[in-house]
Formats: sequence, structure tokens, C-alpha cells
Amino acid sequence: MVEKQHLIDLQHICKDFDGTTVLQDINLYIRKKEFVTLLGPSGCGKTTTLRIIGGFEYPSSGTLLFEGKDIVSTPPYKRKVNTIFQKYALFPHLNVFDNIAFGLKIARLPGDDIKRKVEKMLDLVNLQGYGKRSVDQLSGGQQQRVAIARALVNEPQVLLLDEPLGALDLKLRKDMQLELKRMQQALGITFLYVTHDQEEALTMSDTVVVMRDGRILQIGDPKSVYDEPANAFVADFIGESNIMHGTMVHDELVHFSGFDFPCVDEGFGSDQPVDVVVRPEDIMLVGEDIGQISGVVQSVLFKGVHYEMMINTGETTFKVHSTVMQPQGSRVGLNIVPFNIHIMSPMPPDPCIEGGAEEE
Amino acid sequence: MNQNLYLPPWVLWLFGVLFVGFVAYGIVSVRRSNGIKRSFFASPYTVWMVLFTLLPCVLIAYYAFTDPTGAFTLDNFRNFWDSNYSVNKIYEQMGPDYAVLVQRGTVNIGTLVYSLWMALLCTVICLAIGYPTAYFMADRQLKLGSTLVVLFVIPMWMNFLLRTVAWMTLLEDQGLINTLLKALGLPAAQLMYNNGAVLLGMVYNFLPFMIFPIYTALTKMDNNLLEAAQDLGANRLNTFWRVTAPLSVPGVISGITMVFMPSVTTFFIPRILGGGNTMMFGDLIENRFLTEGNWNVGSALSLIMMVLILISLSILRKADPEGEGSGIV
Repeated sequence: MVEKQHLIDLQHICKDFDGTTVLQDINLYIRKKEFVTLLGPSGCGKTTTLRIIGGFEYPSSGTLLFEGKDIVSTPPYKRKVNTIFQKYALFPHLNVFDNIAFGLKIARLPGDDIKRKVEKMLDLVNLQGYGKRSVDQLSGGQQQRVAIARALVNEPQVLLLDEPLGALDLKLRKDMQLELKRMQQALGITFLYVTHDQEEALTMSDTVVVMRDGRILQIGDPKSVYDEPANAFVADFIGESNIMHGTMVHDELVHFSGFDFPCVDEGFGSDQPVDVVVRPEDIMLVGEDIGQISGVVQSVLFKGVHYEMMINTGETTFKVHSTVMQPQGSRVGLNIVPFNIHIMSPMPPDPCIEGGAEEE
Repeated sequence: MNQNLYLPPWVLWLFGVLFVGFVAYGIVSVRRSNGIKRSFFASPYTVWMVLFTLLPCVLIAYYAFTDPTGAFTLDNFRNFWDSNYSVNKIYEQMGPDYAVLVQRGTVNIGTLVYSLWMALLCTVICLAIGYPTAYFMADRQLKLGSTLVVLFVIPMWMNFLLRTVAWMTLLEDQGLINTLLKALGLPAAQLMYNNGAVLLGMVYNFLPFMIFPIYTALTKMDNNLLEAAQDLGANRLNTFWRVTAPLSVPGVISGITMVFMPSVTTFFIPRILGGGNTMMFGDLIENRFLTEGNWNVGSALSLIMMVLILISLSILRKADPEGEGSGIV
């Protein structure tokens, strides 16, 4: 599906707002027909990155290539890119039809073509017969669809989406996620999607770009980002994690929580401090005497599919997900399979970013 | 001479009935088991409106349709079409010898047309100056907004009459501008006592009422909409005509209303800056009331003016049914 050819290249993009660094040396390429998601907490610079590509912000330095050509100084209305804004930004003085036809009218297409294309779009987003409605009469989900239709009708090469599902309720959001993915595959358009919802990112994307404090921490497909987080922050942000400080005894043996666990990682050296990440669903609960370590169940929460138990081993409190409930106060053994232990170099303390970019 | 300076007895009765009704309503409301109704607390406002808005209107209507003795008549309106009507009536009664003196007077109609024309000019000029000003004030990148708002508001703290008189010292033959012209060796100009001076005074006084509603409409507009327009391929001009302009229409309507209405009824400015050479309908009404003491004709003229304003407002309201201007009508 995804083609090899680069459509957009960001090279060494930096952005300052009044002396505050918002983006630091962003390097990223987006291939044709790729679904790329920028994922990170509020204030990590993901929206700024999107706005630079859309043409609404100028980078302080760096190069932005579109099909190999520098477009930093190209105004937004000349870029083959369309944006779906966070709050939809539908024109309140125009009805649904005229909202969608806006771009086509600017491009001076003949009236018949406009009508045909808009009708086709209304079909695509399941809003047949809504053309004459005022946009104020639509629900949030319908407004969202109009915004999508208004962007897609111009047949952009790239669609930029800035947290487009943020205002919708959970059920609608899940439906729209699937629908967006379906449209992206059906139309063969490149999507650049911004979200702070890790589940959304994992569900929809071909490539996930995890950002924090104006820097890219990891680029990879959803599975590799989830299974092989580059550092403790990525592990923590994507999915739930137990993050511990440990020591690499030697290759394939790591010490944390008072026990030497066999693992599969190599090359960290001997007796080096490392961060250890274990997903809660990767800890197996076994009988007290046959576990690698043992602990006491401190609390039990029912989460629907599974139970979430906090288990104290004396040195560490582990978060464990299991479909089998262990009663509070009971002693259990814990086992961790070597390849479920993720070792990473400790996160360096944040040296560069000031101004409290992080809000969450 | 001021035979009209009394209130008809029924007005006093109306006052009495209103007062008794207000007190009775209060007592009844308090005595009810469910206590005072919420609407009771709106009654001071209702009384205020009745006393100072509704009652004056009723009185104007009453005077307009009566003669000085209080009898019903339509003569006051005939005075509008023929300003010499009252005088002619006396001549006619004096006998055929005096019939030669009977002349039709069109001062009132002429003044009304002149007032409407001046108000129209004033509104157009205010719009032409006001819209761009408001546009630049609302421009986020220029950051002129707060500075200009203060600059336009400060003169409004001064009394309207003082502001107008201040223009005299600038425009007079021996005034600041002419002194400056002379100092530069240029010929002095007759700046006062003409239509231009009156128009200048009107535009100067009413311009803020055009700028602020438009400024409010523009600043209220979501910046995302402008970005969305650009994103969809609209350059600056297209964005303005297809998004900014339509969305600022409510502000423009509101501005037109707030400039046109006081412009039509302007008085004093023509007297100060026009030097009595020009007279507007507001001056005419003031003249009938205060100089001639003819409340009946004055009221008839006021009523005609009021009807004209209501008609123009309802037309504007049609153009913008939900806009900011509708609150005024």
C-alpha cells in the first residue's frame, strides 16, 4: 500500500516562539499513501509541526520539501495540502453544500462539476441530502464529516488532521477512526494525523512518530513502538507500563526488584544502570513458591476485560493485568518471560527545553 | 405663549393608575403563598420604560393630532407638506385682499430631504473610513487594536457639544488651519458655514459608532476560519470577500443603524458648523418646540421622523434578521 517515494521531507526543522523552543531539529519523511501519526502530550510540538506543513507557521530554520521541492515560503493556498482543523472551522454563513464547494469555487470549476463532486463527497461521508442544511444544525459527528468532505473534495495529496476526533464521544470516535482509515485506503491519500490518544495512533497508523518537548523520540510502526519502546517515556506514554531502574549485570541478565532476570538484550555493558520496562499484561501470576519473585496483592480493580492488581514485592510495586483475580492480601509469585523485559538506556534529564512545554 | 406647557389631565390619571397598580401588584405578590414572582423585580425597569419611553411617545402622538385647545385635528400634518399652512389660514380669514400673500412653503419637506441626504452621505463616509479602520484594528498581526480603541474612545469622554465647538477653533477664518495656511503663504479658505463643515462634524461625531460594531464583529470571528479559507486555496482577497466580509455583515448593519439614526436627527452641529445657513430636520423640530413654542406642529414633525426611522430600521433588519443590529430596533 505505502509507496517508497518520499512525499514530504522535514529536515532539521526548528521553531522558536519568542525565545521558547517549540521544535528542535525535527527530521521526518512521509511517504506516499502513508498514514503517519504524530503522537505526544499537549505542548510537545505536534500541532506546530502540522501547521508548518500546512503553511500556517514558518520554521525558524530547516528545510521543508514537498516532492523534493522546498516549500517553506509557499503560502498555504498554493500548497497541495488540506487541513482538518481541531474545531472543524466550518464557515457558519454557508450551508453544508457551499462549505464543501468552497475550494472548488475558488478554483473556478464549472458549476456542474462542483455539484457532481460535492454530491459524491456527501455520499462518501454518509451525509446524502444534507446539502441545504445550515452547519449549525449538525451534530458534532456530522460537522466532522463535513470538514472531512470539504478537505477531501479538493483531492489533496496530503490531508493534515489536527486531533479531528477530540470533540467526539468514545463510541463515535471509534467509528470515525475506522471510517477515516477506510477513506484513506480507498482514496489513496497520504494522511498526517495529530493526536494525544495513543490507542487512536496505534489503531490507525502505518507509522507512529512519538514526540515530546519538541523532539522526536521514536519513529516506527505501531507494533514496534509498542513492543520496543525507545525509552521509558515512550513506554509510559504508549500503553501502561511498569518502569523500574535496574542494573545490567551482563548481556542477557538484568537486575531489578532484588532479582536477576534473564532477558534478551545485549550490548549495554556490565554493571550499567538501565531503565527496565515490563507491560502489566506480560507479568504472569503463579504460585507463591514457583515465581521468580513473590509479593502481596495490595489492591484489585475490575477493568472489564481484565483485573488490575497492584502487587508489592517489598522493593517494587508492580501493576499486573490478568483475567484471573487474586484476592487482596494473598501472596502470589511473579514470572516474567525474558523477551517481555525491555531494557533501555536511562532517559537523560531534559537539558534543552524551558518554559514548561508540558501541560499534562 | 407657552400655552402647551401643561400635561393633559389623563396623563396624571395614568400616572396614578400605574402607581396604584404597581403597589397593589407588589402587595398581592408578597401575600401569595409562593412569595414574590421573579418578574416583580423587573417592574422598576418596566416603570422606567413606561415613564421615559412609552409615555413621551404617547404624548407626542397626542400633541401631533390635537390643536392648542386639545381638539382633534390633522392640521399639524398639513404643516409638514406646506410650512406656511398656519399662516395662510390666518390670511384667508382676513379676507380676499390678503389672498395674494398666500404662498406654499416647502421648508419642512426640503429640510427633511436635506437631512436624509446628509445622513446618507455621513453613513457612507463613516462606512468607507470605519470598515478599513476596524479591519486594521482587528488584525492580530498588526497589534494596533488596543491603541486605536483608546484613541477613538478618549474623545468620546468629552461632551459632544464641546467636541463640536472645538472644531470651530480649527476651521474659523482666524482659526488654526487658516493661520497655518497663511504662515505657509497659501491662500486662506472658507472652511466653516457650509455643507462640508456640517458633514465633517457629523462624521467626526458618529464615526466611533461605525467602527466599534464592525471591530467587535471582526474580532469575534474565529481565526481558524481564515486559515481554513487559505487552506482551501483562497488568497487574501478571496478570503476577505468570501469569509471576512460576509461574517462582518452584522457589525456593518449595526454600524449603519447606529450612525444613520442619530445622523438624521442631528441638530446643533449644523447650527455651530453650518452657521445657520443650513438646517436639518432635528433643528427644525427643536425650533418648533423651543422658539415658536408650537408643540403640536413639533410633535407632528417628530412623529413623521420617527415613522421614517422605523421604516428604514425594519428594512435593515430584514437584511440581517439575527444580527447585532436587531437589538436596537
